[in-house]
Amino acid sequence: MVMTEVKENYLERFEQFRKVVAKNGQGWLCPTRQAAMERFSELGFPTPRDEDWRFTSVAPIARTPFQLPQDGRVELTSQEIEPFTFPGLACSQIVLINGRYSPELSSLRPLPKGVKVASLAQVLMGDRDSLEVHLARYADYQNDAFTALNTAFMDDGVFVHIPKGTVLQDPIHLLYLTTPIGDPTIIHPRNLIVAEEDCEATLVESHASLRDGVYFSNGVTEVVVGENSILTHYMIERESQEAFNVSTLRIEQGRNTNFTSHSVLLGGALVRNNIHPVLAGEGSTLLINCLYMGTGKQHLDNYMKVEHASPHCDSRQLYKGILAGKSRGVFHGRIVVHKDAQKTDAKQSNKNLLLDEGQIDSKPQLEIYADDVKCTHGATTGQLDENGIFYLRSRGIDEESARAILLYAFAGESLQRMEVEPIRKHLESLVSEWISQRKLLENSK
Amino acid sequence: MLEIKNLHAKVDSFEILKGVDLEVNAGEVHSIMGPNASGKSTLAQVLTGRETYKVTAGEILYEGKNLLDMTPEVRACEGVFMAFQYPVEIPGVGSAYFLKAALNAIRKHHGIEEIDAMDFLALAKEKMKLLNIDEKLLNRSINEGFSGGEKKRNEIFQMAILEPKLCIMDETDSGLDIDAMKVVAKGVNALRSPERAIIIITHYQRLLKYIVPDFVHVLVDGRIVKSGGKDLALELEDKGYAWVEEEAVKSK
Ligand SMILES: Nc1ncnc2c1ncn2[C@@H]1O[C@H](COP(=O)(O)OP(=O)(O)OP(=O)(O)O)[C@@H](O)[C@H]1O
Ligand SMILES: [Mg+2]
Repeated sequence: MVMTEVKENYLERFEQFRKVVAKNGQGWLCPTRQAAMERFSELGFPTPRDEDWRFTSVAPIARTPFQLPQDGRVELTSQEIEPFTFPGLACSQIVLINGRYSPELSSLRPLPKGVKVASLAQVLMGDRDSLEVHLARYADYQNDAFTALNTAFMDDGVFVHIPKGTVLQDPIHLLYLTTPIGDPTIIHPRNLIVAEEDCEATLVESHASLRDGVYFSNGVTEVVVGENSILTHYMIERESQEAFNVSTLRIEQGRNTNFTSHSVLLGGALVRNNIHPVLAGEGSTLLINCLYMGTGKQHLDNYMKVEHASPHCDSRQLYKGILAGKSRGVFHGRIVVHKDAQKTDAKQSNKNLLLDEGQIDSKPQLEIYADDVKCTHGATTGQLDENGIFYLRSRGIDEESARAILLYAFAGESLQRMEVEPIRKHLESLVSEWISQRKLLENSK
Repeated sequence: MLEIKNLHAKVDSFEILKGVDLEVNAGEVHSIMGPNASGKSTLAQVLTGRETYKVTAGEILYEGKNLLDMTPEVRACEGVFMAFQYPVEIPGVGSAYFLKAALNAIRKHHGIEEIDAMDFLALAKEKMKLLNIDEKLLNRSINEGFSGGEKKRNEIFQMAILEPKLCIMDETDSGLDIDAMKVVAKGVNALRSPERAIIIITHYQRLLKYIVPDFVHVLVDGRIVKSGGKDLALELEDKGYAWVEEEAVKSK
């Protein structure tokens, strides 16, 4: 399909979609949807000529005529979703199948007074007031085609509202499971997380496939971190190697807040993990900790834009990648320090291990408009350390195990920063599995 | 135990070992001395199977078997151990985890059941005490941030745990203060036994005061040019290597 036909496809679907949602008590959102759709139609899908997409071609997404999912229910048992949950973790779990909230599979732990955890679809229909102040106010549908598409078509997802002074002991797990059937489908997960002042909470977003097949998950999560609040977000990508996934995490940090974003990207054919925090209030800290591990022909693209918009904020961005097989990784790390953001302290690092024919494009980018700031970045790319391998082997450890030990040590540094033990343990086992399943003798011919 | 015959080895196209002959029997302690860049470390690395060094001629028999046919890990399992001149730092891999994995790989090779975490810890503590090593090092990544002396002692600690048959020590004494050297010597002497052979590569006589060798060899420009008893080490310290080199040239 040529580009204009692609747009026609989405425009047509949007016309039908709009008629349905307008009748759903969501009329108030129609102007936003309409505006987003118009922007998408102006922007079109990005091309490698676009600086932010230099290393990633979305042609495979653009040329596929994706359908919106049919309303048919998918029957699943809790046993079938068990592999995607965290053993030993007490958490509220919201399960979304093919982008739709599943009340049967979801379970909520007792929540502190006033905390709201609900399906976005339900809130869209009934509670305009809770949403209107925040929804689509942060994620940039004016300049980002994928966010525009999501904003036009958003349909379901999770809405979390945490009132002032609330500490959520148990994490909230947003589990997106897709089971592709028939023609390739597109889903638009949309989450809105609002924490008022003095709150603490952990949110986990998992994306997984129940079977192989082509589909496209184009998600947007907006997080509002109120003054003095501490929030942690995990993104776990473990979809099938045929899935396309573009996920955009947009964080608005108020004064004296502390936000941590952990990502582990293991699955997907083409993945774009956008992380865009805006340090809007003074005295805040931010940690972005990301591990991506590719095999086969996977393309894992990490795009981050950290905006220091206020003084006295510290940010750390630590990205590590292992690219094996013929996989490609991208790291594009932008730090923007606005004019008034004096005393900014930003540190960025990107370390990559290339195995087999794996490749990486690493591009740090500092844009500094304030004068009293500390910003550093560093990137390394290399192979496994042959001296280290020899050292282990000279003590009796076989070559394959020696390589596995070093790979695990490399990935382990990222995993160790994840504080929720059952989640970390689960990810450790996924990473070990990844390591043991790939050919480790890439260097010995 | 070990028979090296006419060993030639090179890196890239640069020949380093040019015909080394050496025989080491169980129960013996040999010292190899020689000027910088003469090939001492190369010999040690070839014995342990480092692939950057290509053997171009000659053979090495270890307990009657062709050592050059074995991978580094099989050599280790068969009892060959080298204390590195420059131990490698491996961030992210815990020392205890590593050493237990190594010990169990060797035990598995011999059909012995794996050691469990409790017994391993007890064994490690005992050997650390012997070598005056801070127990905290066990919880740290392999050699990462260790001081020079700690790294060297850590090599001997590994040797004490793995109990190899052929121990090769590549300049373990350099960088050690006198007390640390005595501790290392105590550790090595504790390992001396009729079944075990030790090769000590060193520039100095001082370690040999504490671990007395049965034989001293001088390696110059890729060949062993002189061998003798423990007194040769004293003579070398006194007179340097020049006279040995001259003698070697004359005898050609
Ligand atoms: N990997 C390598 N690549 C290139 N040259 C090497 C390599 N390893 C050793 N050499 C060269 O081979 C020669 C012998 O080196 P070797 O390390 O065996 O010497 P040595 O006798 O142990 O010296 P020292 O007493 O300084 O430790 C030196 O000239 C060294 O530069
Ligand atoms: Mg040397």
